[in-house]
Amino acid sequence: MKTANRFVPFLMLGAAVMFARAPFMIQDAPLESTMGLIQKIFYFHVPAASATFLAAAVCGIASAMFLWRRNPAADHVAVSAAELAVVFGIIVLATGPLWARKAWGIWWQWDVRLTMTLVMWMVFVAYLLLRRFGGPGSEVLAAAVGLFGMALVPFIYISVNYWRTIHPTTNVVPSLPPEMAAPFWWSMFAFVLLFAAILIVRVRLESNRAALEDAYAALED
Amino acid sequence: MNGFKRVIAVAVGVTVTSAASLLAQTTSGFEPATNIGKESLPAGPLVYTAYAIVWLVLIGYVFMLWRRLDRVEKELREVAARIGSGKRA
Repeated sequence: MKTANRFVPFLMLGAAVMFARAPFMIQDAPLESTMGLIQKIFYFHVPAASATFLAAAVCGIASAMFLWRRNPAADHVAVSAAELAVVFGIIVLATGPLWARKAWGIWWQWDVRLTMTLVMWMVFVAYLLLRRFGGPGSEVLAAAVGLFGMALVPFIYISVNYWRTIHPTTNVVPSLPPEMAAPFWWSMFAFVLLFAAILIVRVRLESNRAALEDAYAALED
Repeated sequence: MNGFKRVIAVAVGVTVTSAASLLAQTTSGFEPATNIGKESLPAGPLVYTAYAIVWLVLIGYVFMLWRRLDRVEKELREVAARIGSGKRA
């Protein structure tokens, strides 16, 4: 963990530089032929969704490890990743409707992709509420909830290809022209760097909290 | 008395005419507009709002995380110092 903490300033600096440059690259990217200016939301909306999926996957894997080995370090990673899934999920669920209002004429559509994304976000909110108010032993129950959250990710990803939806399909990103692909992958990398930096810091917070509880217990003894 | 009857007759006439005219308006349905400008929802404010949300959420969260970490580490140092002084005593 100490080794990971050493990378945080570099990751943060890298993410800050990339986030500062991203709006200029997005501005220079050509307008999409049918959607026009509103399509530019895509350059932050999709990377934020990817960060949400990444957070859900990290939470699920760490939860599985915790259930298997009961290792507190895995639990610290799981709770940190669950919080990041909620934070990045807010960005996805806020920017999506702004796109939809212009592109589809409505703020929200109860189709599979949107509904499942909202459900996944609520699963991670439930995870955090369980950790906050569940009392002793809630980490085991929360780990099971984290696994369910992760299980939703592949369904959300493929939902646009298998069910009827007005949401763009997964073919959009691989077929991006180079002048649109460059700002997209730049933003994606910026989000991944920021995600890694925040996750390390958040895990450090969780480890320190556990150490604080142990210290108070030692003080009482 | 005749004057009163005349007033009543006029009032009834006006009411019936207004009701008929109102009914005609409501039952005639929508009228196609002629010579009206093309309606369009500007994308600019929506795009700027989206980017503002992204920046506010990320900066706000990083700031809150740093404050939480700072508070916990400070408390941890204090408790560690109390444990250390207790052992020395």
